[in-house]
Amino acid sequence: MSEDELPGNAREQAFLRGLTQPRLTRQNFLRGAAGVALAALAPQISRAETVTDWNAWWAAQKPTTDFVFANWPYYIDVQGSGSDHPSIDAFTKQTGIKVKYMEVIQNNAPFYAQIAPVLKSGQPTGYDMIVMTNHWELTELILQKWLVPLWKEKVPNFAKYASPSVVNPAYDPGNKYTMAWQSGFTGIAYNPKLTKREITSFEDLWDPAFAGHVGMFNDNTELGSAALLKLGIDPATSTVEDWHKAAATLRDQKNKGLVRQYYDQSYINALQNGDIWITQAWSGDIYQANSKGYKDLKFVVPKEGIMMWHDNMAIPVGAKNPLSALAWMNYYYTPEAAGIIEDYINYICPVPAAKDYILNVIKDPTVANSPLVFPSDADLKKAHDFYAFKSYAEFQKWNSIFNPIIQA
Amino acid sequence: MRRLRGKLAPYLLSLPSWVYLLMFFLIPLGSMLGMALATGDPLDGYTMSDNFQEFVDAFTNYQDSFYRSFWFGTASTVVTLLLAYPVAYWIAFHAGRYKSSFLFLIMLPFFVSFVIRVEAWQFILADQGFIFGPLKSIGLLPQNFHVLSTQWAVIGGLVYNSFAYYVLPLYVVLEKIDRRLVRAANDLYATPATAFIKIILPLSAPGVFAGFLLVFVTNVGDFVNADILGGPGTYMIGNVIQDAFFVNQDYPMAAALSSMLMLMLMLAILLYSKAFGTDAIQEYAA
Repeated sequence: MSEDELPGNAREQAFLRGLTQPRLTRQNFLRGAAGVALAALAPQISRAETVTDWNAWWAAQKPTTDFVFANWPYYIDVQGSGSDHPSIDAFTKQTGIKVKYMEVIQNNAPFYAQIAPVLKSGQPTGYDMIVMTNHWELTELILQKWLVPLWKEKVPNFAKYASPSVVNPAYDPGNKYTMAWQSGFTGIAYNPKLTKREITSFEDLWDPAFAGHVGMFNDNTELGSAALLKLGIDPATSTVEDWHKAAATLRDQKNKGLVRQYYDQSYINALQNGDIWITQAWSGDIYQANSKGYKDLKFVVPKEGIMMWHDNMAIPVGAKNPLSALAWMNYYYTPEAAGIIEDYINYICPVPAAKDYILNVIKDPTVANSPLVFPSDADLKKAHDFYAFKSYAEFQKWNSIFNPIIQA
Repeated sequence: MRRLRGKLAPYLLSLPSWVYLLMFFLIPLGSMLGMALATGDPLDGYTMSDNFQEFVDAFTNYQDSFYRSFWFGTASTVVTLLLAYPVAYWIAFHAGRYKSSFLFLIMLPFFVSFVIRVEAWQFILADQGFIFGPLKSIGLLPQNFHVLSTQWAVIGGLVYNSFAYYVLPLYVVLEKIDRRLVRAANDLYATPATAFIKIILPLSAPGVFAGFLLVFVTNVGDFVNADILGGPGTYMIGNVIQDAFFVNQDYPMAAALSSMLMLMLMLAILLYSKAFGTDAIQEYAA
């Protein structure tokens, strides 16, 4: 019965998020497209011929005037009715490339479930560029060889303008397959009126004074990473032994009745309603909550460090207009384009030079001076990356250690 | 020839349903069972095998969620029955010509999306929301009091969502009861309570039975209420299957859990109909 219900509910959920959330359902777990995903269960069909010489492949590509860009909802600048995107219009004017902009990615896992069977059967996905978070699904795309290695010479602006925080990341050494679209912090948010004190550390999530009002994430990557940081371990270089230690401290937190719930995106409502006083949080959400009128809520970079995630542009194999995708990446990595987009979406801009553009040309000092959009170097120094899984077995190991905490 | 055709006709007429069952029930069921026994991972693909260990793991790792799902399912169904019966009774016997209006009112919430209705409860029951907030500020409730994130919130959500599904079958049987039987009981000096217990309750048994199945089976597999209204320790088996499928990409585990849930539900239904008997119900209805 529950399987039957799934697609409908997932759709409703997606719809609902569209009504209530800015950049919706980042990590939320009622996921769409179960029907499509079922196809992934089908016995493997023969794999498509893999390209061995990507240089030759790139050399053979002809410029086109089309570009299909699959992105998350509410993740680009919007003007007027909602279908008008100034940054895209400017790109079309500059290059003559027509952009088909599609807001089709609700979340990493369901989107992966949609495209994986297609890629597996060697068919084109129909997208020239997709945006994926540096989670397991992105690693999986790379391991399956389902992403086209980027032709760097066509994207000179990346070397020129990219923030050091997105260059040569652990999940994609040398930016072979990806370039960041946006980044974000996962830190701690709290309501000072309810906690009645300042929050500075991950230890505060374990403070018995907040029993029953602590929010943690149900995304086990985020959950485990927070515990690792609390123990002073860098998640990116952690070992299985560390994971067990982190799980033990999380179990302790749960058994003492501190945790109100393991939340998906809905933590932000719980924080606004006062159900939780202190919680793991995504920086962009708190920025938007503040500007929506929840001025009390505070986001902190804990003293132990902070998690930084990246949403990445990548070209799936079978893309019809790969050169257009490179042109877009090169266009995006300019202060003008990144500035226009950033002024609207308010996560962390991968182009630091966009700050001056937003300040002086767009004249929006609130965004330009926000430490959540353009973090200080001190904050960036404290930023940690997620552990980059090297195999499915590792991913499964992590799950087997952290899932029981959420599920029991 | 004609006789043969006459014999075959019912089967031929039901052919579309058989094809439908085969395509949308038996084949998926088979492939699910196959997947549960397969070994491999999503990167290297799966091979068919007879890996029954998956079922053992599924049960040992997630038995709490199984128990919990059946407990939530049973509790919510019983509560729904207790709430829905008086409502259905009142509409059938006392609503007069406004019957359809009241039924329409019961169905009205269904014009709003399921998930939105559950999320609405999240706002209504919020710790500092418009119900508990004022009660807490005047000291009637302790600051720490909360309903959300408890199993009662999940069971409550299940009850709320299945209410109409129970009212309708109950209404249908109650509506059909011959009023002359009740009048005859009264004439024979039965008190209203006796008349209810001896006449109405037995005659409405088929509705109770049908509604129970409808609501119980849906609620055991539910995951939305636990997800939105629950907290740590309210994880239902539906949530576990969701995670196994989408988050962990552990398809054999997801398939094993789904098959087990289905088997358990079938068993429960079988025991239920044995205990309360379809025959007994037929008898009552006759």
